[in-house]
Amino acid sequence: MSVSDLSSLGSPGGSHVRAVHDEFHGDLLEVSMGPHHPSTHGVFRMIVTLDGETIVKLKPVFGYLHRNHEKLGENTSYLGSMPYTDRLDYLSSMTNNWAYALAVEKLAGQPVPERAEYVRVILAELTRLLNHTCLAGFLMQDCGCSGTPLMYAFREREKILDLFESLSGSRMMCNYQRFGGCRVDPSADWLDGAKKLTDGYGAFLDEFETLLTGNEIIMARTQGVGRLSPALAISAGVTGPMLRATGVNYDLRKVDGYGVYPRFDFRVPLGDHGDVYDRYMIRVLEMRESIKILSQALAGIPAGPIMDPKAKLRGFRPKAGEAYGRIEGPKGEIGFFLISDGSPNPYRYRIRPPSFINLTILEDMCLGQTVADAVIILGSVDIVLGEVDR
Amino acid sequence: MESAEQIRDRLLAQFPGAEISVVTNPGVAAQHSLLLGAAHARAIAEFLRDDANLKLDQCSNVTGIDWPEKEIIETTKSTVPDPAGGPAKVVELKTKRIQPGCLEVVYHLYSIALRHGPVVLRLRTGNRTDQSTVPSLTPVWRACEFQEREVFDLYGVVFEGHPDLRRILMWDAFKDHPMRRDYVEPDDYEWEPTPHGAVLEKAKAHYPAPSVAAVPAAEGAKP
Amino acid sequence: MSDQVTASTPPPPAVTDAERDELRRQGILLTSLQELYTWGNSHSVWPLNFGLACCAIEMIAASMARFDIARFGSEVFRPSPRQADLLIVSGTVTKKMAPQVIRLWNQMPEPKYCIAMGACAISGGPFKQGYNVLKGIDRFIPVDIYIPGCPPRPEALLHGLLELQKKIQGFKISGPDAPRHLRADLKCDCPVPEFGEHDLEPPANPEVWTAPTLVRSEKA
Repeated sequence: MSVSDLSSLGSPGGSHVRAVHDEFHGDLLEVSMGPHHPSTHGVFRMIVTLDGETIVKLKPVFGYLHRNHEKLGENTSYLGSMPYTDRLDYLSSMTNNWAYALAVEKLAGQPVPERAEYVRVILAELTRLLNHTCLAGFLMQDCGCSGTPLMYAFREREKILDLFESLSGSRMMCNYQRFGGCRVDPSADWLDGAKKLTDGYGAFLDEFETLLTGNEIIMARTQGVGRLSPALAISAGVTGPMLRATGVNYDLRKVDGYGVYPRFDFRVPLGDHGDVYDRYMIRVLEMRESIKILSQALAGIPAGPIMDPKAKLRGFRPKAGEAYGRIEGPKGEIGFFLISDGSPNPYRYRIRPPSFINLTILEDMCLGQTVADAVIILGSVDIVLGEVDR
Repeated sequence: MESAEQIRDRLLAQFPGAEISVVTNPGVAAQHSLLLGAAHARAIAEFLRDDANLKLDQCSNVTGIDWPEKEIIETTKSTVPDPAGGPAKVVELKTKRIQPGCLEVVYHLYSIALRHGPVVLRLRTGNRTDQSTVPSLTPVWRACEFQEREVFDLYGVVFEGHPDLRRILMWDAFKDHPMRRDYVEPDDYEWEPTPHGAVLEKAKAHYPAPSVAAVPAAEGAKP
Repeated sequence: MSDQVTASTPPPPAVTDAERDELRRQGILLTSLQELYTWGNSHSVWPLNFGLACCAIEMIAASMARFDIARFGSEVFRPSPRQADLLIVSGTVTKKMAPQVIRLWNQMPEPKYCIAMGACAISGGPFKQGYNVLKGIDRFIPVDIYIPGCPPRPEALLHGLLELQKKIQGFKISGPDAPRHLRADLKCDCPVPEFGEHDLEPPANPEVWTAPTLVRSEKA
């Protein structure tokens, strides 16, 4: 076939090539990822429509772990809901406890003693370390580093869980905080143990970062993937590290200044691309700030009661009214909206789940990316299904 | 930040004829809310989002609340309505009043730009059965998309103008709205040792016997 | 199935267990096909890489460095049900998820085992009163080992695994006591329920589950 024959097939300039390509440009492929899939975080399902390998549509399907927290919360007493909050985001039960305790304290006007506020900060920051470490491990697993980073992460997790267990009696489901304080007073030994852990955590992060942060494969895999613009993130109610990775300076520890956070010196790390790599980096940097907060809190913890002596737990009936309390959980803004009608049970018990709302823009982040990227984008959102579906 | 009353006055100046009222929160938190009529709700929401003094750019939380029909009994002697529902010891003349039920949607708005909040918006449906429509605020804040779907799923509030109003947590064939107060669960009761009053009531229906409470827990274990 | 039931006329064993142990002490390995089979079976139980809720995190913790499930031959978490022997139902089974769990169970080849890990998988646990929560996975599929706890510690999962290994080692490979997969008269699959208008249809599999009866004391 001569050159003239070729040109007779179509107009010059590659349109012939495109015509051949169009023959292969067939139907879209619909793939159901989940609800059981090794790389989805729990029982989450995405219906992904693919053009070749490129995502053209993605619809998340929820509800596979819808455990009716809100209905159960309305049928049990205020205190009875505290253990249920542990099981919302089961990687960070302490912050869930705090968010709920804070909302009830707002509802009832219950003060909290200073020592309890310090203990809460310590536990919340330990939870943040735990959650972010595990997230980094899981995210790397999603990227394809099967096992190793997760092994490192779970090694550190066990150390933090040992602390939680010795304080509250349970590894994961701590059920530790109460309206007006905390359940048990941490001993001096416990505080020493927490201090030792805090002092050693920086070295672990150095090791972790040596493995991962500058790793060329990880950079190639995550940089520029799953970008999110700040305007869309704000409109979609995205909170937490997801929001700050887009460059929006909004951290409830600074904005609301709840607890004793205004007393501590720490910075809010911000990203500038809003991609998966930024979300990973934000979490690593937040852990470094958490270590700073922890060492300040452990150094400055005052003596005193751990519970407000006037606090009432059994037969607790707040006056009629409503309150919305929120804190900066490891995954974002976790809030509780409570309506009291004066009875022992809340009339309405609503959880504002950060990872559920952060998933609103999952499709926007995945469009135009490849199907393998969807997995790491989902991993970078940091979802826990107990909280997404409640 | 402006108080709820100030926001209401400014909104009334901006939208003459709109139904806006302040719902007072009697509790300690004192987070008062604005009850909006359906006609102007979306325009008001857009105004709140774009107004330079408020800039409520984040809709943090969307909640449904079910208020079933309530019978309120008032005695002529004391004009204060009895919160306990009226124990029958008073022989005074009582007047019964039916407070109509409705479904309510609550929006908690915050400003990330100005770092203030919350401003609480409330929308109410006409009743709980055939007039269960409110305007959707998803076009104003994207954050409402999944949360309004959830309110639709669990409460049965229909959001007009929602781009993709489907069930989100329960399966599509499911017919009930389980977060409503009058929802009846499927009857798959199983005996369990528990002190919960509601569960013991169910036990009485399933295992008719002289006294459920008299059964020792150890003997009632699963076979 | 019970491994305690004995046939009416048991054939006398050629070598008793005591004699075999004694021979082993003397350095002579004498074994039976059944012993080899159950030994191999019980020490390579590969679980399905499948997590549902909170307990899944503890299941992952059990497979990590500190608890190291590899010591017991079960570190090979298979992503496909076709390659797995063990379904660890680790967490709350909701009604929306139940058909998928049962489908996974049906897709697993025999011999297969099921561990109900945690209070939720056993009975619904703290969420038992929820409208979307299945009151125990044993309503639909046969469960071999129940591990209580909310969530059970990784050690508890390891203990459950050891109990499962013991159970497998007690299996007979022939006769009426043989496990499900070696018998023609027992079904290996469970029917998958459908999503109904108010509940799953049917709400339980009557072949594996009957509603508990309340045994009342005679006094009073």
